[in-house]
Amino acid sequence: MPNMSLNKVKMPEQKPEERIKNFNEVALGYTEEMAMEEAKRCLNCKHKPCVTGCPVNVQIPEFINLVAEGKFEEAYYKIKETNSLPAICGRVCPQETQCEEKCVRGIKGEPVGIGRLERFVADWYMANRKQEKPSFEKNKKNVAIIGAGPAGLTCAGDLAKLGYDVTIFEAFHTPGGVLVYGIPEFRLPKELVKREIDTIKDLGVEIKTNMVIGKVLTIDELKEEGFEAIFIGTGAGLPNFMNIPGENLNGVYSANEFLTRINLMKAYRFPEYDTPIKVGKNVAVVGGGNVAMDAARSAKRLGAENVYIVYRRSEKEMPARLEEIHHAKEEGIIFKLLTNPTRIIGTEDGWVKGIECVRMELGEPDSSGRRRPIAVKGSEHIIDVETVIIAIGQSPNPLIKSTTPDLETQKWGGIIVDEETGATSIEGVYAGGDAVTGAATVILAMGAGKKAAAAIHKYLNTKA
Amino acid sequence: MGIIRKVNTMNKIIKKEVLNPFVKLMVVEAPHIAKKALAGQFVILRVTENGERIPLTIADYDREKGTITIIFQEVGKTTQMLGALNEGDFILDFVGPLGKPTEYEGNLKKVAVIGGGLGTAIAYPQAKQLHSMGVDVDVIAGFRNKDLIILEKEMKEVSNRLFITTDDGSNGNKGFVSDVLKRLIEEGTKYDLVIAIGPLIMMKVISNLTREYGIKTIVSMNPVMVDGTGMCGGCRVTVGGKIKFACVDGPDFDGHEVDFDEAMRRQNMYKEMEKESVEKHKCRLEDIQNA
Repeated sequence: MPNMSLNKVKMPEQKPEERIKNFNEVALGYTEEMAMEEAKRCLNCKHKPCVTGCPVNVQIPEFINLVAEGKFEEAYYKIKETNSLPAICGRVCPQETQCEEKCVRGIKGEPVGIGRLERFVADWYMANRKQEKPSFEKNKKNVAIIGAGPAGLTCAGDLAKLGYDVTIFEAFHTPGGVLVYGIPEFRLPKELVKREIDTIKDLGVEIKTNMVIGKVLTIDELKEEGFEAIFIGTGAGLPNFMNIPGENLNGVYSANEFLTRINLMKAYRFPEYDTPIKVGKNVAVVGGGNVAMDAARSAKRLGAENVYIVYRRSEKEMPARLEEIHHAKEEGIIFKLLTNPTRIIGTEDGWVKGIECVRMELGEPDSSGRRRPIAVKGSEHIIDVETVIIAIGQSPNPLIKSTTPDLETQKWGGIIVDEETGATSIEGVYAGGDAVTGAATVILAMGAGKKAAAAIHKYLNTKA
Repeated sequence: MGIIRKVNTMNKIIKKEVLNPFVKLMVVEAPHIAKKALAGQFVILRVTENGERIPLTIADYDREKGTITIIFQEVGKTTQMLGALNEGDFILDFVGPLGKPTEYEGNLKKVAVIGGGLGTAIAYPQAKQLHSMGVDVDVIAGFRNKDLIILEKEMKEVSNRLFITTDDGSNGNKGFVSDVLKRLIEEGTKYDLVIAIGPLIMMKVISNLTREYGIKTIVSMNPVMVDGTGMCGGCRVTVGGKIKFACVDGPDFDGHEVDFDEAMRRQNMYKEMEKESVEKHKCRLEDIQNA
């Protein structure tokens, strides 16, 4: 008999007043009992609508039924058949717009907590079983992957399982891409990312860090080196600025810099770690996406008293996940909606002392289908802050394009690919993730890496 | 299979030399970087697992031996820890070559290469490159006092004329590099290009001077960086009224277009924390020595 409760089993969490003082994970995870109880809410639908919502095709009802029976290890293997990074997906996927959106239980009440269960299974396996080093028959073909983020890691994992010798080239000193530099510890512990990456290394994938492709080696040179296919998963690393006066004042960060200092370089543990970060008493974060929420919540944890989210549309249009907005509000982040910065104001010696904004009204829908914000005349006002963090999006990094003239890109920098295969304008070169789409989600990047792996396999098998 | 999968990326220090009490030179084994490096480019390095990423300009490279030479002044914790490493030790992370190489445009006949203090180490490869291209190179290098003079012999070899000045006159030649440049210009030397590398204030003074005479001037910016690949934007500089990233758009820029005052302000962003970091480091070193 299924559990017919309308609500998900509640996720234990650190209390807001506690967690704003530390960088530990907010959500604490289900116990075995909670997981089995939640798993029993699944109706095991024959047509599996949830699976159609998953970019990496996780066999959701199957694994959930194994959880319901207490077969956690089997559940893990079921997920791993299609998903290389379950502990990560269970935490950062926007399930509410993917698998859980399609869940039949969601028609009346809350959908099954698929993400929570995936997380539980991955964590249970890490805690209770030792990952075995699998061995695969090698086919002696070499594939290069550029970028050790979600797209590259997924592509590498799938190709390694098919017998390829895979080398990932990573620009940073630590693999993980946005999982290590972008998403904060309190949403995605870095130790866990490391362990997920270790499972990819255990498949025989070699990761070469400190290698900036486009500088130290070009795409052409990788081919000369004997790589028969190449996957570009370099992400969207270039921060956008607003081009308003005052953006170069001391105390203005791109969200990329702010989060990289904290997450990758561990500036929140300065001076134990050498990389510094400066956060004022009052902080304005400009933007309404997940990155803006991450930056705001990080600033709070670094001791800021008042942290403002400054967003030019209303809450309804915010691209951030509901859960992130909810967590941010619980932590006391102040939302200044329908507010748009016009300039950043500095002291005489060049430090931020305020941000001037105008109020906005929503007009007719624009090309994105969201109502276009229009400035209200004479509504200028100043918010006193010492730190401004710009989180209005990122563009693809042009380093590879600049040394690969044949690689066709969109005007805004995204690499042009065949949507089904990830094939670029150069034979044998594939691309996926944010480098193609512009800033999107971890799971979409993983889906693209997966598609490209299948296409590369097909290409190298049909190639004479 | 090609070499890259076997390439040695251990970054072993194969030579260490003390150039003056504050400045050290290291030759580092990094064949993949040496293969590509050009004058004007830089590396980013990290010394320990808890360490900061810092940029250092490539002072020299040897494609055959597969080495990169760096010259650095021990100004912060990272450079102090780097300076404490010895021949045979390894540098944890060493990434490059980053940034755009210096572009020498047009038909250059006579160029003044100017180095201020440690900037001389970065100016030197420029002089060397131009000299090898058959350009007539005057090198002007300035130091606080005669004990701090570095690379004198090397600079002599790659220049037609070498002028070394000291702030206190202890080498018998008191003055600033800008004084020398002004004198040379007024004496009638016609420069097609001036390359100025050193403290921001020096590059600003030189750029203001050459603007008067209409001489194109390249400066090399060295702002705070994290990744060095265009990702963080911490290294932004205003050039000709536009935001540029020193790591990918530079580090070389037109000296007449750079907003030096802003760059000088931005340099102070972490000053207090840098001091704290160095103090803590010193205390720990003393603890170790006293233990």
